Amino acid sequence: MTQKLVIIGAGMASGRVIEHLLDADPGAYDITLFNAEPRGNYNRIMLSPVLSGEKTYEEIVTHGDDWYAERGITCRFGEHVVKIDPEMKVVEGENGHVPYDKLVIATGSAPFIIPVPGHDLPGVISYRDLDDTNAMIEAAAKGGKAVVIGGGLLGLEAAAGLKERGMDVTVLHLTGHLMERQLDEAAGYLLRKDLEARGITVKTRASTKAILGEDRAQAVLLENGETLGADLVVMAVGIRPETRLATDAHLDVARGIEVSAQMQTSDPDVFAVGECVEFNGHLFGLVAPLYDQAKVLADSLLGKSNAFAVKELATKLKVTGCDLFSAGDFAEGETREDIVFRDPARSIYKRLVIEDDRLIGAVMYGDTADGSWFFGLIKDGTDIEEMRETLIFGPAFQGGASADPLSAVAALPPEAEICGCNGVCKGQITSAIEGGATDLGAIRATTKASASCGTCAGLVEQLLSVTLGEDYAAPQAQPVCGCTSHTHEDVRRLIKSRELKSLAAVWQELGWTTANGCHICRPAVNYYLLADWPLEYRDDPQSRFVNERKHANIQKDGTFSVVPRMWGGITTPDELRAIADAADKYAVPTVKVTGGQRIDLLGVRGEDLPAIWSDLNRAGLVSGHAYSKGLRTVKTCVGTDHCRFGTQDSTGLGIKLEKHLWGSWTPHKLKLAVSGCPRNCAEATCKDIGVVCVDSGYEIHVGGAAGMEIKGTEVLCKVATEEEAVEVISAMTQIYRENARYLDRIYKWLARVGLDWVKAQIVDDLENRRLLAERFALSQSIYRKDPWAEHAQNSATRAQYAPLANLTLEAAE
Amino acid sequence: MNWIDIGHISDIPLHGARVVKTPVGCVALFRTGEDEVFAADDRCPHKGGPLSEGIVHGQSVTCPLHNWVFDLSTGQAHGADEGRIGTYPVRVEGGRLLIDGGAIGKRSAA
Repeated sequence: MTQKLVIIGAGMASGRVIEHLLDADPGAYDITLFNAEPRGNYNRIMLSPVLSGEKTYEEIVTHGDDWYAERGITCRFGEHVVKIDPEMKVVEGENGHVPYDKLVIATGSAPFIIPVPGHDLPGVISYRDLDDTNAMIEAAAKGGKAVVIGGGLLGLEAAAGLKERGMDVTVLHLTGHLMERQLDEAAGYLLRKDLEARGITVKTRASTKAILGEDRAQAVLLENGETLGADLVVMAVGIRPETRLATDAHLDVARGIEVSAQMQTSDPDVFAVGECVEFNGHLFGLVAPLYDQAKVLADSLLGKSNAFAVKELATKLKVTGCDLFSAGDFAEGETREDIVFRDPARSIYKRLVIEDDRLIGAVMYGDTADGSWFFGLIKDGTDIEEMRETLIFGPAFQGGASADPLSAVAALPPEAEICGCNGVCKGQITSAIEGGATDLGAIRATTKASASCGTCAGLVEQLLSVTLGEDYAAPQAQPVCGCTSHTHEDVRRLIKSRELKSLAAVWQELGWTTANGCHICRPAVNYYLLADWPLEYRDDPQSRFVNERKHANIQKDGTFSVVPRMWGGITTPDELRAIADAADKYAVPTVKVTGGQRIDLLGVRGEDLPAIWSDLNRAGLVSGHAYSKGLRTVKTCVGTDHCRFGTQDSTGLGIKLEKHLWGSWTPHKLKLAVSGCPRNCAEATCKDIGVVCVDSGYEIHVGGAAGMEIKGTEVLCKVATEEEAVEVISAMTQIYRENARYLDRIYKWLARVGLDWVKAQIVDDLENRRLLAERFALSQSIYRKDPWAEHAQNSATRAQYAPLANLTLEAAE
Repeated sequence: MNWIDIGHISDIPLHGARVVKTPVGCVALFRTGEDEVFAADDRCPHKGGPLSEGIVHGQSVTCPLHNWVFDLSTGQAHGADEGRIGTYPVRVEGGRLLIDGGAIGKRSAA
């Protein structure tokens, strides 16, 4: 006897179920198909090409009305199902009941809407079905600005489509890089670059606070206060299984409708398939597993045994020109190894993750031709031990070529291009070597090879080594750390010449070998970026040592010391009272006067930092930066105000300098002093920069130290006025900021470049001095601010100082 | 297992950490650049440094006091240093952070 089968939802999963059923046994069931959308099944994953105009709706329909009619399927399209009654085995639609013997729930998923104020205004749409797509096409016809919330697959496809239709598009993404579930940071960076190249603005770490507008959406307000004008807002932040009918029918529902490997729900006559189901804790958003489920479900309905199993998945983005591929698991792990290949010149990035001689994950950007081959290796669990060395080069390279880089370079023909930037081929370099060039610098000077981006420097060196043999002495320059072969100087030069403005850009373009650096290179590169691009680069607190992240000095027991600034060593009774009150209130065990004329509160608990700062701020005190690789103090004597020997107002100049320089970040700590006469009571001649006042003006000293090494200063120059002194010191600070290696004090850096070079730059060349001082002032327009106030007042930052949770207390029950 | 919800993944900065106070002492929750979350003791076995204040890189953290580096998935110290930190089961579900109450000495709060 023919049984009655009711299916709720005419999507891609149920479409496949029907096909399999009819193929196997056309007479087994009498089928009724409900669909809330007033149409049958279309290929939902092709909505992006419809949005971008590459396809029409008609081209993506898979099952039209005729198809259902020919097969005798009763279609109830555009009709919502109100309720399922599993006891009576009846589905209640808006237009009447339908009894069933077997029921299939294929309700798919619903877009997740962030419940911010304004989310329900007209002009805010999600991106899920053809109606949404048509709404976007209609909106785009009027032009204007679109803001897409969500930088995942759907969001980016929406953004690309809207851009293609002429809108001015901004993508907002909550985390640090796009498509973070499918891509690692490096691939995310390349994707961003591609999108930006096509004119889409991308803002990461952007959290939406509200959508503004009277009668319709007009702007998006971000948590950081920024407002973006918007004629259309697309929310594409995620989807969740549509489970309402199942929940109401008392089926087992977790995040999705729970099913067995036979796609059976907790009711033996009710099945579920597609995005609405949960199986073994997994949810499904891509089409491949849905098709697997459909096959299993058709077999279950026909009484054949079959079981669904979760398989590895691969992702591609359907945006023309953005070539990315991601499959399997690409997280790092103790037992896992990475093979990373980067070709910055061609924007190619490939990363393979290997565990136990099996490929378990792959991320590729720029060149995804081998994606399906890698995916096959992942799915099949192929043993890759034999081809490991050449694995990353794909199937074409399998078959056993030697992996020795030198012999590979030796085998290159003379016309092979070595330096892509300057179009230099191997032959030109070997003839330069034959002409007498014996090192990288000479090759650069004669052929320009490796003189631009520098990433071919390794190849050039290999060529030198191959050509000169034993005569070649490899350079001894130390790389920054184990994550890169570049020296500090190279990294600094390349950041400037290639205009790299983010950490991820440096990792990718300079071929870092680790995913996101280490505790040695991250603080250095973070500093270089903020020193070179004060306006564009946003400081990364997570790439800073704890002291700078928390604006206090960590002590050996994990407590912190708090040091307010005391301009030029001057304080007032009110400030002293505020410091004493804070010491009492926060039970500070030690109060110490430091060598730099300040008061140190030692032993403050990390959790109390924002509160004590807030109290000190109220008394007008700001951070003394006693923790920073930046300006610390300007030590002073009393000068002409009180001293019988004083020649100038040394205290006044000290305060002036400190107010001018405070907050600036430098390669290492920077200490100054101003002494009022050559008796040098402020000890200016062992500071990084010191001023010794004399009758005729100001002697400016540099390169002293009283730390790991003790060094007296050398005189840089003598000037007549305070204004000149401030300009020379600004320029000196800036030239040090722009040139020194991270963690080099001025004296160490001077030993490399020489005092004469510095003199030529800022004493002899007045124009250059002025420009340096200007660049310093520009940076200070961003960085001269009190970090304590920022952390104490920003509730989100403030929360970071407190524990995430306290589980030491049992529930009061 | 007795999973306890202790917050949202976005409460931890990317490449950063937050602390949870538990009956077995402070446990640090680390969030890597790939949005993985690990839970481990907040105490370096060397001199007791607070690992939650360290720099998180790859799947490792560097102690802020003397630069010992630990693998967050195994707790093992890297390189020449010998030692390990305790690790605890943690998972992320729908953005929520769930830690195993059994492993951190906490009975069900329900």
